[in-house]
Amino acid sequence: MYDVIVIGAGPAGANAALTAEHYGLNVLLIDEGSDAGGQVWRVKSKSILSAPVTETSLKGDKLRQRVKSSEVDILFETRVWQIEQNEEHVWQLGLQGVCERSSVSGKALIIATGAQERVIPLNGWTLPGVYGLAGATALFKEHMILPGKNTVVAGSGPLVFFVASEIIRLGGTLSAVVTLNSRFEWLKAAAEMISKPGLLWQGVKWVFKLHIKGIPLHWQSALSSINGNEYVQDVDIIKTTKYGYLKRKLNVLVEADSVCLGHGLIPAIEATRLAGADHHYDETLGGWVPTIDQCGRTTVKYLYACGDNAGILGVQAAPYRGELSAIAAVEDLTGSTSETINHHNKALKSLGEEAAFGIAATALTIPKNGLIENIGKNVEVCRCEGITREEIEIELIKGSVSPNSIKSGTRCGMGPCGGRFCSESLAMITESITNQSREEIGLPTARPPLRPVSMDEISDELDYDELPIPGVSPL
Amino acid sequence: MSSENTDQIKRTEKISFTFDDQTVEAYDGETIAAALLRRGVIHLRNAPNSNTARGMFCGMGVCQECVVEVDGYKVEACRTKTSNGLIVKKVSYV
Ligand code: FES
Repeated sequence: MYDVIVIGAGPAGANAALTAEHYGLNVLLIDEGSDAGGQVWRVKSKSILSAPVTETSLKGDKLRQRVKSSEVDILFETRVWQIEQNEEHVWQLGLQGVCERSSVSGKALIIATGAQERVIPLNGWTLPGVYGLAGATALFKEHMILPGKNTVVAGSGPLVFFVASEIIRLGGTLSAVVTLNSRFEWLKAAAEMISKPGLLWQGVKWVFKLHIKGIPLHWQSALSSINGNEYVQDVDIIKTTKYGYLKRKLNVLVEADSVCLGHGLIPAIEATRLAGADHHYDETLGGWVPTIDQCGRTTVKYLYACGDNAGILGVQAAPYRGELSAIAAVEDLTGSTSETINHHNKALKSLGEEAAFGIAATALTIPKNGLIENIGKNVEVCRCEGITREEIEIELIKGSVSPNSIKSGTRCGMGPCGGRFCSESLAMITESITNQSREEIGLPTARPPLRPVSMDEISDELDYDELPIPGVSPL
Repeated sequence: MSSENTDQIKRTEKISFTFDDQTVEAYDGETIAAALLRRGVIHLRNAPNSNTARGMFCGMGVCQECVVEVDGYKVEACRTKTSNGLIVKKVSYV
């Protein structure tokens, strides 16, 4: 049995594992990727032998080196699909490796599953050639490949500019960059980011790069439609009000063969939910987050959360959050020493400095009300099951108000992605129609598998609702 | 896609696999979805209910839009690596 198991080997999880190992604990680090780094410091595909180094690739390589030369046990290319705590508070995890399945147990569990992307549906978003912004960064970082020959990048927050600048760096062509944020919102965020002039300067450089290349940059605008039959042909770009409502008359049509679209990051909380922790809603942290103390202790004994899954604070804050939760686990398991106390204070101070930046960046992606209006009646909100906004609205009018009842009424969220891409928009539609708060709407019941299990090994057509429901405390 | 800055990037040897009846060249070890995207093949399947065209979307094993069939199993094209002679098929929902 391990002292500490860490799920997720991004900057938070890997640092948590290294910290716990530093204090002499027996640590297992699990990740579904082929090496440490997570989404943000994503490891390159094995098919790339060498490529120009970037700041991100250097940071990732350094972390991978530290993990490799440590005593931490590692399970890469492994997905956790079940999490349970027995009566003696021992964690038991169901794992799925490349082909085989097994289980592992540990005294403390640190969850560092990071963020997932929020993409608010719009007409044409299911067409081949439309990628999430985070998905696009995976194409660049892992494969060094472009999403298409001429691309429109759209959405909110810093990722829009990062993706646009990466497309330019890799020699691609941008038809337009469309940000829902206004210049004013950026200035406001910049004022709060002033503690990190380096990062701020990076942002200025991104925008500058677009200007010199003569790429149309649409501030406070949105895509109203992505058009095409089998492929993306063109997109409609519309100015919005500051609340995100479309100004119908101010429309431009732009040709493109690909679109990168995203509306910010949300905490990936499936694992902490499955483990039974309490969660609450905080839009400044990206939405639903596990309720934690400043070190990442959740409401469940020997369960910790660090990194973006505990609230979106970004990559700069992640290593310190990892250290803090590992120190908490060390202290809970073996007691505190002057070293752990000093370390804790130091990490907490650094976290405070980095967190302000992350919060300002996340504020740019808090969904504006108008975005929901943009979801047309026939837009498939649930991509897997093909459930349209209209079908959801009918279900709401019939009186379904909770995600669980909408789910059973329409099958929205019951497809193979496990609701990961529709539950956010489903809740936003529910909020706008029923006037309930997100807290009142709640979340659908947490069920395994934690990650999509695409192998037909469990059954031929996997029906998620047929899987055993664990004893998870309801929200 | 063809316009990327390839001169500074060194990749593995080329191999080939098939996607339905099409022979596709790939760099050894890259994912099925990346190899297909490089060749402009992005329509990977049709959705079971609406029958609309779908392709890679999240690029990280979450959305399941990129699912293809390999050896009778449904796998994520964005996470499954190519190898020489691999037989990849479009999934059909019947
Ligand atoms: S593109 Fe989403 S799972 Fe492969």
